[in-house]
Formats: sequence, structure tokens, C-alpha cells
Amino acid sequence: MVCAVPEFLRIATAVVALLLAAWAIYLVIRSRPPRPALFAGVAVLELLAVALVITALVRLADGHKAPDPATFIGYVAAFLVVPPAGFALARMEPTKWGSAIIAVLGIVEAILVVRLQQVWTGV
Amino acid sequence: MMDVQQQPAPAPAPRRINAGIGRVLIWVYGLFALSAGARAAVQIATKFHVAPLAYTLSALAALIYLVATVCLARSTPASRRLAIICCSIELVGVIAVGAASIIWPASFPDATVWSDFGQGYGYVPLILPMIGLWWLLRRSAAPATPSE
Repeated sequence: MVCAVPEFLRIATAVVALLLAAWAIYLVIRSRPPRPALFAGVAVLELLAVALVITALVRLADGHKAPDPATFIGYVAAFLVVPPAGFALARMEPTKWGSAIIAVLGIVEAILVVRLQQVWTGV
Repeated sequence: MMDVQQQPAPAPAPRRINAGIGRVLIWVYGLFALSAGARAAVQIATKFHVAPLAYTLSALAALIYLVATVCLARSTPASRRLAIICCSIELVGVIAVGAASIIWPASFPDATVWSDFGQGYGYVPLILPMIGLWWLLRRSAAPATPSE
């Protein structure tokens, strides 16, 4: 049972992503645009994602063999790109739909944490 | 709702399809273009012989998602028409491939985005073209609907 990264980092990333999604959904229901603190949350999420990826790459360099390296790299790229891309798009949409974009961002990033670990171990 | 009512509306200016819900659609379509495209690229490059039909369909789906994303973002009358075509192909595709993958599972040894009606992606591939068509057609039917 080899983990890509310390478990607490994966859990923290998933929890932050899901909290962001829940908060964003609340804002959508209230018809509110994304608040500055929500954007700050996306920045925190990206920092966690970068930390997670760096840890995984260090372990790859240490000799861990991902069963399917091409797929793993693809997921890593998506994992790093999703928060900033959604951030930029939501900034262009100062309506409740901007909040909806952040909600999708959080859900997708949480799914990617799980998929990254699956691709890492080859489940 | 409290928008100015006295819009002259002389020439029917092309209504924007890239704001409001449209921007959420651009986001979700972009995500699907990325995930389906990357997945198809890896599958075709590394193990095309395993499931040629499934992987070709994945690549086709990715291409349609990509065209739809660009069309929604460009928001010109021509791109709106092309986006309607993309959403229609998508809806027919997800229903046809979904049915085929259940009737002839042997032809689909590996999953595509559209297998089992998009179950692997939370049925979003099935719902997405419906929302897309609703958004695109609503915009052309209702004249001066101020966006929310």
C-alpha cells in the first residue's frame, strides 16, 4: 500500500476542495457572486495541489513506479491547471454563475485527488 | 429584472451565449474536452489495439467537446449554430453509445466517456448536451431577455 503523498495532505486537499464547493453552492442558492474569501480559498487549494504534486514527483524520483506513467502525468497536469483556470473564468463572471464555476472547480478537484491516488497505485 | 426597459433593439444584435450560465457551460465543456482528450490521447498512443472502437469514440467525443467549448466562448451567430450541432451530435452520441455499450458489451472492453450513458462521469455527459441545447435554443427563441 504505497501512498503518493502523506495521507493528511490528500485529505486536507479534498476537504478544502469540498468545503469550497459547498460554500460556492450556498452562494449560488443565495444568488450571490463569489466573494473575495472564496477566491482566496481557491488560491489555498492550488497551493495544496502544488505541495501534493511536488511530494509525488519526489517519490517518483526516489524510484516509485506508477503503473501507468502517461496517465499519471495527465492527471497531475489537470490537477494543477483546474484551480487557476476556474479562478480566471469565475473572475470574468461576477454573478451567481461565477459561484457555480467555483462549485464545479471544487468538486472536480476533489475527484482528481481520489483519481490521482488510484492511478498512482494502479487500482 | 430591474434592467432598463427602453432598449432600442433595432437590429437584433446577436445575444451573448458566453455569459451567465453560458460561462459555466464553457467551464464544464472545457473540462470535458481536457479530460476526454487527454484520456483518448493516452489510450490511442499506448494501447489502441485493445479497444479501437471505444478509443476512437473517445477521441471523437473529445473533439466535439473542444469545438463546443470554442463555439460557446466565441459567441457569434455562426458559432452558436455550430454549438447547437455539437450539442445535438453529443446527445445522439451519448444515447447511441450508451445503448450500444449495454447491448454489445464485447465491443467496448474499455470505457469511453459515453459508455453506459456517461455513468463513469456521473451522467454529466448525458445531462450536459440537454442543458446546452436548452441554453442555445432559449437564447434564439426569447428576444430581449435580460440575462440574470
